[in-house]
Amino acid sequence: MNVTQLSAFVSNKPGHLQKVLKVLADENINIITLTIAETSDFGILRMIVNDPEKGNRALKENNITSSLTDVLALEINDTPGSLFAALEVFATMELNIEYMYAFTQKRNDKPVMIFRFQDIEKAKNALKGKGYNIVKKIDIVGENR
Amino acid sequence: MFNGKIESMSEREMKALQLERLKWSIRHAYDNVLFYKNKYDEAGFHPDQFKSLDDMRRIPFFTKQDMRDGYPFGLFAVPLSKVVRVHSSSGTTGNVTVVGYTKNDIEVFSEIVARSLASYGVTNEDIIQNAYGYGLFTGGLGLHYGSEKLGALTVPVSGGNTPRQIMLIKDFGTTVLCSTPSYALNIADFLEVNMPDFDISSTRLRLGVFGAEPWTEAMRKEIEKRLKIDAYDIYGLSEVMGPGVSAECSEKSGLHVFEDHFYVEIIDPDTGEILPEGSRGEIVYTSLTKEAFPGIRYRSRDITRLYHDNCKCGRTLVKMEKVTGRSDDMLIIRGVNVFPSQIEAVLMEIEGTEPHYQIIVDRKGSMDDIEVMVEVNEKMFSDEIRVLNGLSKSITDKFRSSLGISAKITLVEPQSIPRSEGKAIRVVDKRNKNRED
Repeated sequence: MNVTQLSAFVSNKPGHLQKVLKVLADENINIITLTIAETSDFGILRMIVNDPEKGNRALKENNITSSLTDVLALEINDTPGSLFAALEVFATMELNIEYMYAFTQKRNDKPVMIFRFQDIEKAKNALKGKGYNIVKKIDIVGENR
Repeated sequence: MFNGKIESMSEREMKALQLERLKWSIRHAYDNVLFYKNKYDEAGFHPDQFKSLDDMRRIPFFTKQDMRDGYPFGLFAVPLSKVVRVHSSSGTTGNVTVVGYTKNDIEVFSEIVARSLASYGVTNEDIIQNAYGYGLFTGGLGLHYGSEKLGALTVPVSGGNTPRQIMLIKDFGTTVLCSTPSYALNIADFLEVNMPDFDISSTRLRLGVFGAEPWTEAMRKEIEKRLKIDAYDIYGLSEVMGPGVSAECSEKSGLHVFEDHFYVEIIDPDTGEILPEGSRGEIVYTSLTKEAFPGIRYRSRDITRLYHDNCKCGRTLVKMEKVTGRSDDMLIIRGVNVFPSQIEAVLMEIEGTEPHYQIIVDRKGSMDDIEVMVEVNEKMFSDEIRVLNGLSKSITDKFRSSLGISAKITLVEPQSIPRSEGKAIRVVDKRNKNRED
């Protein structure tokens, strides 16, 4: 199963991001990594968390607009040119990356990159047989979910 | 029909009844309210000169400003010992205004609301959940007493607390919901987000009575689709009585005015001239039976049209078009006239957008600047910036092409637009903060 990203709409004003984080903290949701895409008026907070479904429910209950999206989590070697090589695979297949960001911690001694594609399955197929390890949801949220 | 004799009276008989009642009402105001006496004396008008409906044009208008000047009880025509209730406007366009009711006025108020409910097909078998705010606002108590007058089981839940509203709909078997149209959409939003497995059609809810703010045909369709009910308009204004001045019938086209209690005219808002039946203009009200707070030729600022159309429901009462704009609310932006309802219609057209919006007009230098804040709901939201920017752009383009205005669209968080008494505050005009009409 693909890794699930939790996204939230946040006004670009003091205190608003904090309100989202407070809701997640109160629900005991741990954020593994996050990134914010910002405009002058608002931002989209994108997060990989330990329980995205619970996080999504909690945000909605607190009148915060949020959604869940499948993203591709890919282990990349920690060597020069590795990210270049991975992107080459996508470029060759004409797969546009909507956005990407990195895990704050290494897994299995390797950095993890999160990619958002319009069609995640096409991206996964493009990587097949090229020796890449795609991180699964279970690797992040654990066995019980 | 709740009152078949009145509601299907011939036009000729109705005119005769109105003339007789007008004579009483004009004299009652002149004899008992100093404001009317002074104003009429100054204008050279005396109630004795009032002989036919044609003489209406000789009577000066009564305005919101006159009401503000009379704050709080200056325009009452009976001693306070005869007044049993007061209501007060929320004062969204300026100072607060107060209206009073005698026991008989409350009777009339209850009857016109009962007639309204009956005209939608509500009966004493119904369970009416009244989600209008109870208090100084006429909506809550107005609907309440009308519902009791009809003999329906009345649930006085008042506004807000959406989870409880839904619980009562389920547990009590509510068949009729009364609220502002924007609150009805709030309930629909709540159900979609928090109770996606709940099927509203599994409840007994069948009908909605909505008013207290202008709403469009598109909004009716959306409420009907999402709450699986028939949605009807109830119209009124506290200055005249409260909700129930006019009401839709089974035909959902136009609202019948309860003409035995309110005499209506359409005037040109600029010249004050009375316009012939069928013309669009500002509707002006004269109370025919009110004791505590007579209102003679009250300028409502509501823009509509009056007509008779042999309505299939059998009522002969004059009809008014659904009010979608108040001339007070009309914005003139860089010389273009815009009603908030037009902005709402554009937002409704764009996929997934619901009308939780606020228009902010300001002046930057010599130019008017318009900003429309739109609350981002689940359906509009995306994790991709370009999708949200695309949404803003399509709204901007649509405003330009259909309204001729260029507006800045700001997407904001849910619940960030202030609401008062369940009414969304649609327009904030910062250009001249102390503007009074």
